[in-house]
Amino acid sequence: MQPFKTVVIALPGKTGRVSLWVIQEMGRMFLFLLQVGLWALRPPFRPREILKQLHVIGFKTTFVVVLTAIFTGMVLALQGYYSLRKFGAEALLGSAVALSMIRELGPVLASLMVTARSGSAMTAEIGLMRITEQIDALETMAVNPVQYLITPKMLAAILVVPLLVSMFDVVGIWGGYVVGVQLLGASAGSFWSSVESAVEWRDVYGGLLKAVSFGVIVSWVCCYKGFYTQMSAEGLGKATTEAVVLTSVLILVWDYFLTSVLL
Amino acid sequence: MITLKGVEKSFGKQVVLRGVNLTIPTGQLTTIIGPSGEGKSVLLKHIIGLMKPDRGEIWVDGVELSRLTGKALNEVRKRFAMLFQSAALFDSMTVFDNVAFPLREKRLVPEREVPRVVNDMLERVGLTGMGHKFPAELSGGMKKRVGLARALVMGPEIILFDEPTTGLDPLMAKTIHDLIRAMHKVFGFTAVMVSHDIPAIFSISDWVAMLKHGQIIAMAPSHEFPRLSHPDVREFLSVMDGGMSVPVDA
Repeated sequence: MQPFKTVVIALPGKTGRVSLWVIQEMGRMFLFLLQVGLWALRPPFRPREILKQLHVIGFKTTFVVVLTAIFTGMVLALQGYYSLRKFGAEALLGSAVALSMIRELGPVLASLMVTARSGSAMTAEIGLMRITEQIDALETMAVNPVQYLITPKMLAAILVVPLLVSMFDVVGIWGGYVVGVQLLGASAGSFWSSVESAVEWRDVYGGLLKAVSFGVIVSWVCCYKGFYTQMSAEGLGKATTEAVVLTSVLILVWDYFLTSVLL
Repeated sequence: MITLKGVEKSFGKQVVLRGVNLTIPTGQLTTIIGPSGEGKSVLLKHIIGLMKPDRGEIWVDGVELSRLTGKALNEVRKRFAMLFQSAALFDSMTVFDNVAFPLREKRLVPEREVPRVVNDMLERVGLTGMGHKFPAELSGGMKKRVGLARALVMGPEIILFDEPTTGLDPLMAKTIHDLIRAMHKVFGFTAVMVSHDIPAIFSISDWVAMLKHGQIIAMAPSHEFPRLSHPDVREFLSVMDGGMSVPVDA
């Protein structure tokens, strides 16, 4: 009787509760995004806060983005060279590296690096402010915490992620050039001419469009998780982990759908 | 005058406030005492609109705060300030910037006047020359004093104190109490304080109220409160002050 009761009553009950929680959470996340959007249109616009966040999200993430880009370009050239050589198509190495970088790897990997480096820091910072009542203090001073804390971060992320992605693309292609041409002996002329002939402006725009949308996802999810963290150190740790995992998954899922529209 | 009528609040299945009725007189210092976990801080957060009651009303000088949202709520909040239990200083800002924050955000004084107003306030709370320090470099008592300076600099009509002496040694607790009392005399604001600091609160408060089982079970002028015969009051006072309160038949 007990297993029957578990399967027939408890399981649907639990499924229902989880479904309701997911719907509620999604609704709250979209309301949060809407709030950020509306507050972004209302003064004061806080340019100094936005500049500060450009430094935190952009400048401080540059090193890890450059490092990841170099090695991504290098390994791409390494794999691409040996694969293309089987068909005698080494001349296409430049286009393979550049298109992979600009269309996919640049936006996705740079955004994942921003998530790891700055997104987690956003969640931790905002979450700690929630736990130590700093967000309550803002409210008691009639300062809207969403406008003061979240809007500058989101605007900065929207501005800076495309710049980091552009940097990732350039450095990654250069890394591919170093391995493909300097180490493996492919022709420099054919490398660059294949880049020039294969890459179109719409590839670049598509990559930058992805970067902008990933910037929204990173700042939205990470700020949301921090803003609604549980009031404990364990809760903050959980919120930070959830923020990084959910952002990474959303980036990959959204990348697929956006790519299917852009192609 | 702040009036709470039948305020109820639950968090999930846990009922915290079960119909709180309380009137806080204007210009006086009212302290709310009671066992831990009875919802005293929750009550303060309702008074300033950080939390909404499930049922009941909160009135501040004829305005029902519990129904207000957005801009209207912020207008009422401009009359308030709050000193949090943890002081809630912005840890990315210096002491000076913390105290200057409400002045700059609300443009209460011209920017050129900010240093004078902030330094004057820091002097009043005994923190002259500490403006360049960050909260992480301060002791607990100093943080509370910065929090008090930040609250006072807005010139509020009502200040809420959430356990202002928690975590402080008795000497520092007395300093903070004396400072609150002195500032109350100078600025004449309405003060609501949550505290466990018995018997110290009887000397600085005008009124004392006790919250237990989610309700205000007793309220009296501070000099009369230790003589109340309510059994819960007697029990609480005898435990908290080690029998220092005046016996019921005295």
